[in-house]
Amino acid sequence: MIAAPRLRRFRLTQEDRRNLRTALPFIAPWIVGFLAFTVYPIIYSLYLSFTHYSGFGDATPAGFDNYTHMVKDPLFWQSLGNTLYYTALAVPIGVVVAIALAIMMNQNVREVAIYRAAFYLPSIIPLFALTFIFIVLLNPGFGFVDYVLELFHIPAVNWLGDAHWTKISIVLLAQLGAGGPALIFLAGLRAVPTELYEAATLEGAGPLRRFWKITFPLITPVILFDLIYGTILGIQIFTPAFVLTGGTSGGGAYTAGPENSLLFYVYYLYKNAFQYSDMGYASAMAWVLFVISVLLAVAIMRWSRAWVHYEVT
Amino acid sequence: MAVAPEVRQSPSIAIERMPSPRPVREIRIPKTLVARVGLIAACALFLLPFYWMFNSALKNLEELSAFPPTLYPHVPAFDNFVRAVTYIPFGTFLLNSILLTGGVTIGAAISNPLIAYGFSRIKWPGRDVVFGIVLASIFLPFPVLIVALFDIFAKLHWIDTFLPIIVPAFFGNPFFIFLMRQFFLGLPNEISEQARIDGANEFQVFLHIILPLAKPAIAVVVIFAAVQAWGEFLAPLLFLQDEAKYPLSIGLQFYRQEHDVAYNLLMAASTLVVLPVVALFLAFQRFFIEGVTVGAVKG
Repeated sequence: MIAAPRLRRFRLTQEDRRNLRTALPFIAPWIVGFLAFTVYPIIYSLYLSFTHYSGFGDATPAGFDNYTHMVKDPLFWQSLGNTLYYTALAVPIGVVVAIALAIMMNQNVREVAIYRAAFYLPSIIPLFALTFIFIVLLNPGFGFVDYVLELFHIPAVNWLGDAHWTKISIVLLAQLGAGGPALIFLAGLRAVPTELYEAATLEGAGPLRRFWKITFPLITPVILFDLIYGTILGIQIFTPAFVLTGGTSGGGAYTAGPENSLLFYVYYLYKNAFQYSDMGYASAMAWVLFVISVLLAVAIMRWSRAWVHYEVT
Repeated sequence: MAVAPEVRQSPSIAIERMPSPRPVREIRIPKTLVARVGLIAACALFLLPFYWMFNSALKNLEELSAFPPTLYPHVPAFDNFVRAVTYIPFGTFLLNSILLTGGVTIGAAISNPLIAYGFSRIKWPGRDVVFGIVLASIFLPFPVLIVALFDIFAKLHWIDTFLPIIVPAFFGNPFFIFLMRQFFLGLPNEISEQARIDGANEFQVFLHIILPLAKPAIAVVVIFAAVQAWGEFLAPLLFLQDEAKYPLSIGLQFYRQEHDVAYNLLMAASTLVVLPVVALFLAFQRFFIEGVTVGAVKG
């Protein structure tokens, strides 16, 4: 038997091999799709990032041109800054909102199913439609929000026309997606044994102390997931900004919101690729985005070691 | 719901099971009152967009631009809905949206159970490492791929066809694979063993034994895939440039291309886009909630 020593070398028993052969047809679609629609595009865009390419004709070698141009491109830095600013606001606020909703829903309220439905529903509504609704809600001339502010004698805000408020508007819009995470937190809260709270109450711990000492540590793994996933979603923010700024109607020359305040990273990447036909530069931006997303995920993971508790029940 | 028990039995989902109601304590009443006030206020905020959309959809332009805004349409303009669907080629966009959503949903329903089966019901060397790659790909931002994908699809002459959006759905989605896998892992091994002893090959076990049991999980995948495809914006924006191919997500921009934005018509059209999602949610609430909480375990 010649095969026997080879099997030993790969530590594959005959059963292993048979199972591998059986499983392969099942996972083959994923392997093919992953290679064709994920791995290959990533590698291909790395190649494109070192070329000048308009999308037509051939790509010509460009060395590090696209990357050196990026460093000197003020709009690149503005788009990165806008995106990080938005993410740094929307994600932590989102976590707090979701936890707050979950805690309120966990208070033995009989009609909890109604709240669950109401909080979750907006998160499955198409984002472009929610953005249209926000345009009407936040309109300074006839919008509901400024009307309510006026009732309370708060000066009206030009939500979508004032560069200071445009990103805040999208942070608010993003909170409509808090229902999903809130349900996940609620599931986490329900898994906390009530005896823990009762014991803590007997020892004289108040509600705040019970939250920080019992609830919070137990839901830290969910918080970690929400932070990472939210951050990855945050840095790809595109649709609301695109819809708010009128999208394709203005051609390539328009600014993305007042003072380019809604020029998010992916929006600028999109403009470079599909409005300025600079696919090489856009590919370089795509690669930098890839690296940023990995770095952010790793950074949050590292940081989480300081506060996530895994040794749970 | 009748179909739920199978899902609930899988260990990963047990976490969302509600514990039996806590013993009633005397200090409970004020606490729930505070919670209720907060919950009702939050509800108002989360449902405000729906109210304002519908309210604006039924106003004529004059009433819509009035300040202070009217809290209900004093002169209800029901014909806004008729005008909304004739103002732009709404029927074409709707048909495109339905075709895209249908294609993506069918792809998701076929591919994800199959792939997830290979990651759960068969134990092969390296399985969990490869599955780690599947999970990691959830965190890859799609925009990283768009430039290269556009160029690839252009070279395949797929631009202005539905293929760039529908075809990838037939190769699985990491989140749906995860969701189906969680379900499959919860089914006892003996049911497969028995069929294998009776001479069934693995595909027959999958098709005749496991798949019929997996209907609730497939329903979750189908519902999520449909909702996602219905709201998809970036992919159609990139890959469909011919107006006749636009789905509603892109086509609705047309209300804003003229000098005067017909906000009331835009809101009427948005209502028509939102309505099927709301209906689907009300009909299959349980599946939505279950789908979301499966994700919780990953944390």
